[in-house]
Amino acid sequence: MQTIGQQLINGLSLGSIYALLALGYTMVYGIIKLINFAHGDIYMLGAFWGYYVINVLHVNFIVALLSAMVFCALVGVVIEAVAYRPLRHSPRITALITAIGVSFLLENGMSYLFTANTRNFPQVIKTTTWHFAGMHISNIQVLILGTACLLMLILELIIKRTKMGKAMRAVSVDPTAAQLVGINLNHTISFTFALGSAMAGAAGVLIGLYYNSIDPLMGMTPGIKAFVAAVIGGIGSVPGASLGGFIIGLLETGVQAIGLSAYKDAVVYVVLIVILLVLPAGIFGKNVKEKV
Amino acid sequence: MLNVTDLVVNYGAIQAVKQVSFEIHTGEIVTLIGANGAGKSTILQTISGIMRPKSGQMTYLGHPIQKTSAPKIVQAGISQVPEGRHVFPGLSVQENLQMGAFLRKDRSAIKQAYADVYQYFPVLKQRRHQDAATLSGGEQQMLAMGRALMAAPKLMLLDEPSMGLAPIFINEIFEIIKAINAAGTTVLLIEQNAKKALSIADRGYVLASGHIKLSGTGQDLLANQAVQQAYLGG
Repeated sequence: MQTIGQQLINGLSLGSIYALLALGYTMVYGIIKLINFAHGDIYMLGAFWGYYVINVLHVNFIVALLSAMVFCALVGVVIEAVAYRPLRHSPRITALITAIGVSFLLENGMSYLFTANTRNFPQVIKTTTWHFAGMHISNIQVLILGTACLLMLILELIIKRTKMGKAMRAVSVDPTAAQLVGINLNHTISFTFALGSAMAGAAGVLIGLYYNSIDPLMGMTPGIKAFVAAVIGGIGSVPGASLGGFIIGLLETGVQAIGLSAYKDAVVYVVLIVILLVLPAGIFGKNVKEKV
Repeated sequence: MLNVTDLVVNYGAIQAVKQVSFEIHTGEIVTLIGANGAGKSTILQTISGIMRPKSGQMTYLGHPIQKTSAPKIVQAGISQVPEGRHVFPGLSVQENLQMGAFLRKDRSAIKQAYADVYQYFPVLKQRRHQDAATLSGGEQQMLAMGRALMAAPKLMLLDEPSMGLAPIFINEIFEIIKAINAAGTTVLLIEQNAKKALSIADRGYVLASGHIKLSGTGQDLLANQAVQQAYLGG
């Protein structure tokens, strides 16, 4: 019982980071039908930004988190404008390959500039562990879970309540009709990239605190897992991405807890395959028929 | 108000619109009638800035608009009610209307616009919190028209508003088009239901395979033998 409770907490805090990342995949897919494979690397950039501002400018956690979000939002907007926008009317596969190219560029560019060494993320918040009913809960875990949930709540409010959020939804369901009411597609797409990338930046700083180490290739595996989370939840669905993230996080820690650490990644992909067999559109996905 | 001169538009490899010229005066209802594939929708998409002309001029209130972006066209006062409604599913009726006023800033004017739309279409007020996807075809047509009205257009482009609707809805929609026009909005109406369209139009143009074949007042075209044979079922 204690073990289950403990793993639940570990899984939720890890899952909340996957959820933050998965949101970016799902929003970008929702609006331009592109799997942005560079998304995991934006998370890496967020972690590096956090590393530098904490080490060099000695800022506190909140400033590091918010500035990483702003920085990553700008990076996301620039990537979209430079790499994806010129391909808006190209076949989807062209943009997809470009996304992989952007991902390689960021990973190798960062390795070149900052070396591929793993660095210790500065522990800007002193870790304290609480013992509660036989479980160990660290303040970092609570902070991660709380911050992630707060960000997701804010994102949900932006999408549901604000005019830009509604415009995002309008563009994702019907870009032509959206233009006919005067919505500027480029602005709306930039806004979407900014939101998604800001979430990734926050996730990067949080993971730095959690795992205490960052490197230029750190975005690869979590990026793919967050993509899996978005697919499991139903790509294009915002609540689906959050749920998918938590599912992946819980699965991973659960598999580790029963002593199968070596298979934790494999299990994630097995679950992906099973879910796609049973629910091809994911948990919250709509079964959209291609219009011919 | 709108002058279209020698408009040529390609749709992929096909020349969908070939040297079309027509004009719309302020306050009129003008209709473009013609068979499916005659190029009617292409003309509207080009005016709205969704498609680009290959050649030709379009001037609106004296300004050339052939290179103007879609949002700027809406800003300038041209709103389109697209063929097949194209309301936003997943957004409520009210949110759809809010999107119609996307470019407007004046809150009290927007509030008035809601009131006007709900007056034209009381059913939308009843259903304002409902997902637009749950509306019937006729209600979606009303929502699409309401959404266009929210932009306070000077010129409203209507693409096949009667398509796929029950006769009772068709009559209602045409009555409302007349009311919108009477309230000061100029209307360009595209219809396959030529008889209905000509009966409310001040003037009409007959379009066939990308060309204007005939033009005249609504009544003249209704009485025209060639039009009757080709488009009004004898």
